[in-house]
Amino acid sequence: MADFLQLTVSGLSTGMIYALAAAGFVVIYKASDVINFTQGDLLLLGTYLIFFAVAQIGLPWSLGVLVTVLLAVAVALAIERLVLRPLIGEPIISMIMVTIGLSSILRGLVNAIWGPAPRSFESFLPEGSVVLGPAVLSTGRLISIPIALAVLAALWLFFRHTRDGIAMRAIADDQQAALSMGISIPRVFGVAWGLAAASAAIGGIMLGNIVGVTPNVAAIGLHVFPVVILGGLDSIRGAVIGGAVIGLLEAYTGGYVGHGLNLVIPYAVLILVLMVRPYGLFGKEIIERV
Amino acid sequence: MSFECGVFHTRYRSDMGLRPKPAQRIRLALFAAAVLVFPFFASPYWLDLANQVAIATVGAIGLNILVGYTGQISLGQGAFMAVGAYAAGLLTLNLGLPWGVSIVLACFITAAVGTFFGLPSLRLKGLYLAIATLAAQEIVQWLMVHWTAVTGGTEAIVLPSPRLFGIRLNSAFSFYWIAVLAAAGTALFTANLFRSRAGRAFVAVRDQDIAASVIGVDIFRTKLLAFATSSFFAGLAGALIAFYRSIVTWERFTLEVSIVYLAMIIVGGLGTVRGSLFGAALITLLPALITNVGRALQETAPAVATLLPYAQQGVFGLVIILFLIFEPKGLSKLWGNVKDYFHVWPFAYRRG
Repeated sequence: MADFLQLTVSGLSTGMIYALAAAGFVVIYKASDVINFTQGDLLLLGTYLIFFAVAQIGLPWSLGVLVTVLLAVAVALAIERLVLRPLIGEPIISMIMVTIGLSSILRGLVNAIWGPAPRSFESFLPEGSVVLGPAVLSTGRLISIPIALAVLAALWLFFRHTRDGIAMRAIADDQQAALSMGISIPRVFGVAWGLAAASAAIGGIMLGNIVGVTPNVAAIGLHVFPVVILGGLDSIRGAVIGGAVIGLLEAYTGGYVGHGLNLVIPYAVLILVLMVRPYGLFGKEIIERV
Repeated sequence: MSFECGVFHTRYRSDMGLRPKPAQRIRLALFAAAVLVFPFFASPYWLDLANQVAIATVGAIGLNILVGYTGQISLGQGAFMAVGAYAAGLLTLNLGLPWGVSIVLACFITAAVGTFFGLPSLRLKGLYLAIATLAAQEIVQWLMVHWTAVTGGTEAIVLPSPRLFGIRLNSAFSFYWIAVLAAAGTALFTANLFRSRAGRAFVAVRDQDIAASVIGVDIFRTKLLAFATSSFFAGLAGALIAFYRSIVTWERFTLEVSIVYLAMIIVGGLGTVRGSLFGAALITLLPALITNVGRALQETAPAVATLLPYAQQGVFGLVIILFLIFEPKGLSKLWGNVKDYFHVWPFAYRRG
C-alpha cells in the first residue's frame, strides 16, 4: 500500500509534466499542423534557464520563474518567425524534420553553454515529505501536481474565453474560413508557439526542482507522442488524461515489474491504441476528399 | 560544348533507357572510373569514410523508397537496420552460415519484420504513421537491450571477418569492394524499380492514395511492398555494418540513426536515387569534417575544440533547416541546376 501511494504520486507528478509538454504539442499541431519534436528541448530549456536565473544570477525564485518563461517564449517566437513561417504549407515530412533539426540545435546550444554534467540548484518547491499512513510522499512532487493542473486549467480557460484562444480554435477548425473572417494567421501561430513554450518552460522548472538539471530532461520530449495519441490531438483535457495514464503506467510497471519495462510500456500502449482506434482514443476521424 | 543538343532517338527503347543521353552515360562512366580507382590512392582514413558512405547509401536509398517515393514517413530505419545486423550476426555465429548467405537471409528477415510494422500503414497516415514507426523503433531498441537470450543484451556480438576464396576481408580496402557493390546494386535496382509497374504504383500512392486506389492500385499491397523493399535494403545496410565493424551493439541503431538517415534523404533530395547518395555522403562526411576542423583548432583555440561535439549537433540541425527552407528538393536539385546551366551553356538565355 505504501509502495502504491508513492508510485501513484510519482507517476501523477511526472504524468502532469508530460501533460504540460503534450498540451504545448497539441496547441501547435492544432493551430499550424506542425509536428513539434522540440517539445522536449523546450522543457530542457526551461530547466536550464531557471538554473541560470536562480543559481547563476541569483534572482529570487518568483522573478526567476518569470524570466524563464519570458525567455522561453522569446525563443519560441524566434523559432516560429525565422524557421517555421517560411515553411507554411510544406509536406508533413518537412515539418517533422525541421523540428528535429531545431531540437538538435537547441540541445547543442544548451550543452555548449552549460556543459553535459548534471547541475543542481536549491529547490524552491517545499522539500521534505508528507507521511500518510505507511507511505512517505515527497512534498515537491505532491505540490507539482496542482501547479501543473492550474497551468493546464489556465490554458483551457484561454481557449474558451479569450479572443486569441477562440481565433486559434477557428483556425484549427478551418483555416480558410478563419482567414476570410479576418483572423491573422501569423499572429495565431505566434501565440501558439508562445503558449507551448510557456507551458513547457513551467514543466521544465518543475523538473529542475524535482529531478535536477541534466541534459537527459530532453528525452522526455518523446513521451509526448504516446500521451497525445492516447489523449487525442483535440483537447487540453485529453492531454491531462493521457499524461496521467502514461505517467501512472510507467510508475507502476517500473515499481512492480521492473526490467526496464517502464521505458517501453508507453509505446506498447500506443501501438495497441493505434491498432484499435487509428486516430487515437479521443481523436476525431478525418474525412478526406480527393 | 553542349552535349545534349539534338539527341535524336529513333526507337522507344532507346528513349526510355535508364541513361538515354550520351552525356549521362559519360558522367556515369567517369563516376564509375573514379569509384574504381579511388581505393588505390586513398589513405585508410578516407577508405573507412568511403565505406561508411557506401553503406549509408544503401540505407538511404532503402529509406527513400519508403519515404521519398511512397510517402510513408518512417522513424524506424534504425530499428530495421538493427534487425538486419542482429540477424546476420546471429545466423553466422549460431548456425555457422557463410557471411554472404547470412547477409541475404538477414535482408529477407528484415523485409518480413518491416512488412509487419508496415501493417498499421493501411489505416494510419502522416503524423499517426510517424508515431507508430517511432513506437516500433523504441520497442525494437528495448528488445535489443532486454531480450538477452537472443541478442546478448548490452554485450556486443563479435563476428569473424568475412572470407572470400580463403582471403580474410578484414581491411577497409577489401571491404570497400563489397560495400560499393552493394551500393551500386541497390542504386541500379531502385532506379529500375521506378520504371516498373510496382514502382509507379508507389509514386501514385505517395501523390494521392485515394486517387491511386480509384485508378486500380491496390493501396494496401503497395504500401506493404514498399515497407518490404525499403526494409530489405535497411537490413542490407545493417548486415554490412555488422560485418564491417565485426561487432553488433544496440548503440549503433538508436532513434538517432533513424533521424540521421531521414536527414540524409531530406538533404539529398526526397524521391531520387542520386539524392540518396549525395545526402549519405554529406551527412557522413560532415562530422568528420568538423572533427578535422576541431583538430586544426586544438592548438590555437582549445576552448573552441572542447565545444566540438555540440558544434556537430548544432551544425547537423542547421544543415537540415537550411536545406528545408532554401532548397527543399535537396542536393539533387542543386546538381540538376548545375546540369541545366551547362545544358545550354554558351547561350544562357534560360537563366533568370
